[in-house]
Amino acid sequence: MKITLGAVSKPYSALKMKTGDWGTHWPKVDEELCTGCGTCEMFCPDMCIEVVKVGEEEVNGKIKEIKKAKVNYDYCKGCGLCAEVCPANAIKMELKDIYKV
Amino acid sequence: MKFFFSSGHGACPGCSLPIAVKNVLYALEGKCFVVNPTGCLEIISSQYDRSAWGVPYIHSVFENAAAVAAGIDAALKALGRKDEGHVVVFAGDGATADIGIGCLSGMFDRNHDVLYICLDNEAYQNTGNQQSGLTPPGSNTTTTPAGKILPGKIGRKKDMVAFALAHKIPYVATASVAYPNDIRRKVKRAVEFEGAKYIQILCPCVTGWGINSNETIKVARLAVETALYPIVEYENGELVRVRKIKERKPVEEYLKIQRRFRHLFKHPKGREIIEELQRIADENAKRFGLDE
Amino acid sequence: MVRKVVRGFYAVAYAVKLCRPAVICAYPITPQTEIVENLATMYANGELGNCQYITAESEFGAASILVGASATGARTFTATCSQGLILMSEVLWNAAGMRLPIVMVIANRSLSAPLSIWNDHQDSMAMRDACIIQVYVENNQEAHDMIPQAYKIAENKDVMLPFMVCMDGYKLTHAYEPVDLLEQETVDSFLPPYDPPIKLTTKDPLTFGCYAPPHCYMEFRVVMQRAMMRAKKVMEEVFKEWAELTGRNWGGLIATDYMDNAETAVVAMGSVVGLVREVVEEMRKDGKKVGLVKIRSFRPFPTEELRKVMKDVENIVVFERAVSFGYEGPVSIDLKSALFGHSNAKVYSFAVGLGGRDIPRDLIRKCINNAIEGKVDEGFHFEGVKEFEEVII
Ligand SMILES: Cc1ncc(C[n+]2csc(CCOP(=O)(O)OP(=O)(O)O)c2C)c(N)n1
Ligand code: SF4
Ligand code: SF4
Ligand code: SF4
Ligand SMILES: [Mg+2]
Repeated sequence: MKITLGAVSKPYSALKMKTGDWGTHWPKVDEELCTGCGTCEMFCPDMCIEVVKVGEEEVNGKIKEIKKAKVNYDYCKGCGLCAEVCPANAIKMELKDIYKV
Repeated sequence: MKFFFSSGHGACPGCSLPIAVKNVLYALEGKCFVVNPTGCLEIISSQYDRSAWGVPYIHSVFENAAAVAAGIDAALKALGRKDEGHVVVFAGDGATADIGIGCLSGMFDRNHDVLYICLDNEAYQNTGNQQSGLTPPGSNTTTTPAGKILPGKIGRKKDMVAFALAHKIPYVATASVAYPNDIRRKVKRAVEFEGAKYIQILCPCVTGWGINSNETIKVARLAVETALYPIVEYENGELVRVRKIKERKPVEEYLKIQRRFRHLFKHPKGREIIEELQRIADENAKRFGLDE
Repeated sequence: MVRKVVRGFYAVAYAVKLCRPAVICAYPITPQTEIVENLATMYANGELGNCQYITAESEFGAASILVGASATGARTFTATCSQGLILMSEVLWNAAGMRLPIVMVIANRSLSAPLSIWNDHQDSMAMRDACIIQVYVENNQEAHDMIPQAYKIAENKDVMLPFMVCMDGYKLTHAYEPVDLLEQETVDSFLPPYDPPIKLTTKDPLTFGCYAPPHCYMEFRVVMQRAMMRAKKVMEEVFKEWAELTGRNWGGLIATDYMDNAETAVVAMGSVVGLVREVVEEMRKDGKKVGLVKIRSFRPFPTEELRKVMKDVENIVVFERAVSFGYEGPVSIDLKSALFGHSNAKVYSFAVGLGGRDIPRDLIRKCINNAIEGKVDEGFHFEGVKEFEEVII
């Protein structure tokens, strides 16, 4: 264990805390419905849903990125807020397998 | 890490505090010094060797964040480091309106170049939902419990906007965590002003308010749509903008979905409180011209 | 070097200026007020360089402002006493735990109730356990000299702790004394600019003021104790360097006079030391084997030094300027525990001059004589107390 001067800590050292096992549910993103709008990303209290580029498409002769929401299950606490705020209804909260009887 | 606040913090699932924080830091692109007094945000984010922060951060004690921020401001000026970043406080309602109000008044009065953000979850949540000066009337907290005689908190929510305005600071606003775009815009606007800035953001608390983890945003929106939480913006003392309400909802809609208010619907004095809250909402709507 | 007759508050304010603090912040309280008023005047006249002088809304705010400033990498100064120090106390404990080398002058004053603006050491004694270095000075030259030394010690990487320079309110702060005022070049050559090993900066965004769960809290207390213990050595070195630089040798953690072959050691701290020294000199002339032990550093406590000088004494007389109510005087409490198992001397402890009560020379002599002649019991006594009747109303 390191004992720093005045208990000062390094940035983002909280990443050591995997909170992914806190919740009973997972968010599942339906990529068909997801428009990549980023609303879920702005609201997620745990910084574990992110809109990422998954490909490109041509719209009116212009190359446009295709973006979809991706969940980082290492940290997702399953709060369900992303599903609640998604304007496209693209996220469903699913019971984790271990809670299924 | 565009939010400068990482996963792995210890907030309850669905807690709205990190939503406010990440949007503020995003707006400032991490160019800031954060001061955070004791409270939920501090406890969830600053355990030794488990920091969620990606910006320089300091927690001192419960009631001195405004003064610590003033000290950082002074040091940056003295050392010629003002361009390093803005000084931002994230403080709970208790830290702001109750125990820290002396330091806050001093900081406002000296007009330090500090953006002070009050994360208003309407009680001392870190210690388990005790009433604060920003707890609304009727709320069932552990120090204002609904009993056979008393219907929860008696008295009104302290008007911190008026308090801030009385200090003649250049920028004062309220916001709700339901509207992150608005938060980001206000933060960017606020830091254009040199001097003290105050933004009070409504941040529902899952456990203290007795709501589901996926409801914090809905509740934060209803508080605004009922006019119980008016969203206002002052520049140099002038009201420059309010968030208009399309179809104002009755306060019951907001109250009935929260455990902290549920007793009002059966308590002998509950009706009186609900009517009082409706009166407050009506007053807000009229005073700020909220109805569209 | 210019010798001038100045008042204590000016002597310390002037020394503070020479140390080039970046942030000064205080709140007025008698008899500290003139220290910060003098600094405010220097600030108003543009004599403090880029320093920011902040008028806080309270001592609590002042200490908090300095926590923010110090953590950002600024050299800081404040002064207070009595009610103001107690009001600061929560923040000062916090500053010590965060290892912020804030330097402050305590213009020692008694505590209310009953309200009193006059001198004793009850205020700084109440901060005894906060991991703040406490040095008590005897006169205004020592107060003046102690300021640059305080910064050098507090800011040492092996120490990094707040520092209290304790000077008796009124008795020193308002006394006119000749003081050799330091030159800026002398201080600059002695005290380098403050360059902390860590600070709040966007270039390396560290988290300050973390909380520690039971699995690691204790280790932080261990390192604080270590820092205090390391401070002893650093203080000795800095004191020595100072003596070589200025020719004024104030001693180490303690300073002694007439302690060779002394049978009775008289212990005191602060401005009363001057008077006690005179009495000891007189008694020596009368052939009495008495010596003086001036405690300079109360925290860290000079345990080894005291054991060494007290090795062969038979009586120890302590003049206390405070009380640990329900027990006895704080200096003798610590002294006895330091000497336990190392000395069989009898310890006589006399609280004198509480709340500014006069401390006459005869009283000092009487206390020492009574102890030597066994006319009083060992243990704790209030001296210089009037006859009174305790009533309800
Ligand atoms: C001087 C002092 N008194 C009391 C406490 C205990 N305490 C810690 S946090 C807190 C409540 C915090 O409430 P608030 O500022 O509203 O923040 P929240 O946790 O609700 O976000 C209390 C009472 C303390 N830490 N320090
Ligand atoms: S809010 Fe919905 S539509 Fe928008 S990015 Fe997230 S999942 Fe996709
Ligand atoms: S369920 Fe909650 S924690 Fe998980 S991704 Fe959605 S908003 Fe984030
Ligand atoms: S108690 Fe409330 S404010 Fe605190 S972390 Fe939980 S939800 Fe957030
Ligand atoms: Mg709160």
